Amino acid sequence: MSLARDMITLVAVSAGAFFFLAGTIGLLRFPDTLTRLHALTKADNLGLGLVVLGLLPQAASVRDALKLISVWLLALLAGATVSQLIARAAREARTTR
Amino acid sequence: MNIASTFELMLAAVVLGLGIWTIAVHETYSAAVGFVAYGLLVALIWVRLDAVDVALTEAAISGGLGGVLLLGAAARLRHAELMVAEVPDRLTRVSAAVLSVMTAAALVGAVLWLPDSAPTLAPEVVANAWATSLTNPVTNVLMAFRAMDTMLEKVVLLLAIIGVWSLAPDTAWGGRPGPRHRADPNGVLVFLARLLPPAGIAIAVYILWTGANHPGGAFQGGAILAAMWLLAVMAGLTDTPAVGRRWLRLILVAGPALFLVVGLGGLWFGTAFLAYPTAQAKPLIVVIEVAMIQTIAATLGLLLTGAPERSAKP
Amino acid sequence: MSDFLTAAVGFILAMLALGLVSILRGPGDEDRMMAAQLIGTGGIAALLLLGTVTDVPAAIDVALTLALLATFASIAFVKKGLSSLEADAPRKTEDR
Repeated sequence: MSLARDMITLVAVSAGAFFFLAGTIGLLRFPDTLTRLHALTKADNLGLGLVVLGLLPQAASVRDALKLISVWLLALLAGATVSQLIARAAREARTTR
Repeated sequence: MNIASTFELMLAAVVLGLGIWTIAVHETYSAAVGFVAYGLLVALIWVRLDAVDVALTEAAISGGLGGVLLLGAAARLRHAELMVAEVPDRLTRVSAAVLSVMTAAALVGAVLWLPDSAPTLAPEVVANAWATSLTNPVTNVLMAFRAMDTMLEKVVLLLAIIGVWSLAPDTAWGGRPGPRHRADPNGVLVFLARLLPPAGIAIAVYILWTGANHPGGAFQGGAILAAMWLLAVMAGLTDTPAVGRRWLRLILVAGPALFLVVGLGGLWFGTAFLAYPTAQAKPLIVVIEVAMIQTIAATLGLLLTGAPERSAKP
Repeated sequence: MSDFLTAAVGFILAMLALGLVSILRGPGDEDRMMAAQLIGTGGIAALLLLGTVTDVPAAIDVALTLALLATFASIAFVKKGLSSLEADAPRKTEDR
């Protein structure tokens, strides 16, 4: 049982780290603000989600596991709305330039 | 060099680099962004050093509220950036550099020459936790063993608010701080400002409550409450209250006033100022913290909105 | 397991640093707005992993606080200290 839990953690956290890597490469390589924003938010939301998924089996109690999930949900909500706002600001800055 | 110390070195390098960039960059807006990023990363360092209460405060104050304070100042100074800045002459710059290097050398020396087992009162704090039946040693120190300092700090916050309010122009005396924010009522910002504050309030109350036995407390909870209130203000959902209002001023003094009353009660009924009878220590502390969290939230929020700009009368 | 998780924290930190370099270098204010967002999510991931490695369950509370305050800071950056979002209403002049 403990081996299965450790396997889940290993796989999920590695996948999450891979998405962080993909997002960072996107940040470095993409040409303008809007595409970089896309890379940042998509990869970070998925990266964080997979990391949370990987840490769930290691959580000490149900309460800790629920807290982990609520952290991820908060980050999802925040990421979605803030990236919308940043994208509009970027589009506005481009059209008035 | 094992993995743990590699990670620590990397963290230190990132924080240092970010700090240097924040100081060196030219635009104040970028510096404010760098400052917020720096504060959030230093919270990571505190967690690594096992000082989670400090990490909570660092994330809340310098990560969120302090950065926004700097941003507001940068926005007000935006027009001043267009003016030619005075550059200090060479002698001033060299003296400043020498002074900074000497201070840094003194700090390095002090850290390197720390005695191997640093003098600490932590074992005594843990040993005396029976006096309040709380298990978080930080809360014990803040609310019981050094409660006098905490009370006086709240008075200092009050003085800071009075100082900020005294900057109001005559026409706006007792009026509303900050501009009236406006946002599209069907837009994304208003959506977030309706959805996030309830969760934020729940989390703030949770952090206040869990501060008795785990890292947390009234100050961190109050900072979160202030941030949620300011979010609603920034989305135009609510306007800043006029600072002349009586209920606002009552909230501002409630925290230190209650602290003082309990302290005097300790003097009257007990052994010393701010002495809690052991049986009632926990309820008393909880009551004080509930009053304090409101005071802290109101004070921090008002400090960020600034001096009154609009007259209270329509 | 704890070695692997510590390596994961270090890796995410490295990604954070690279992302920061890219964002803070980026021309224009809109790119810098992403910095608080990046640190928010990356910092949360690093904190959660760190909390599991060092067995400090209160790190999750710090992550909760970080999520809220980083969002608040990001919104303040997008507003740039003005009273209305430049992009929110069509061609409305800002008033301070």
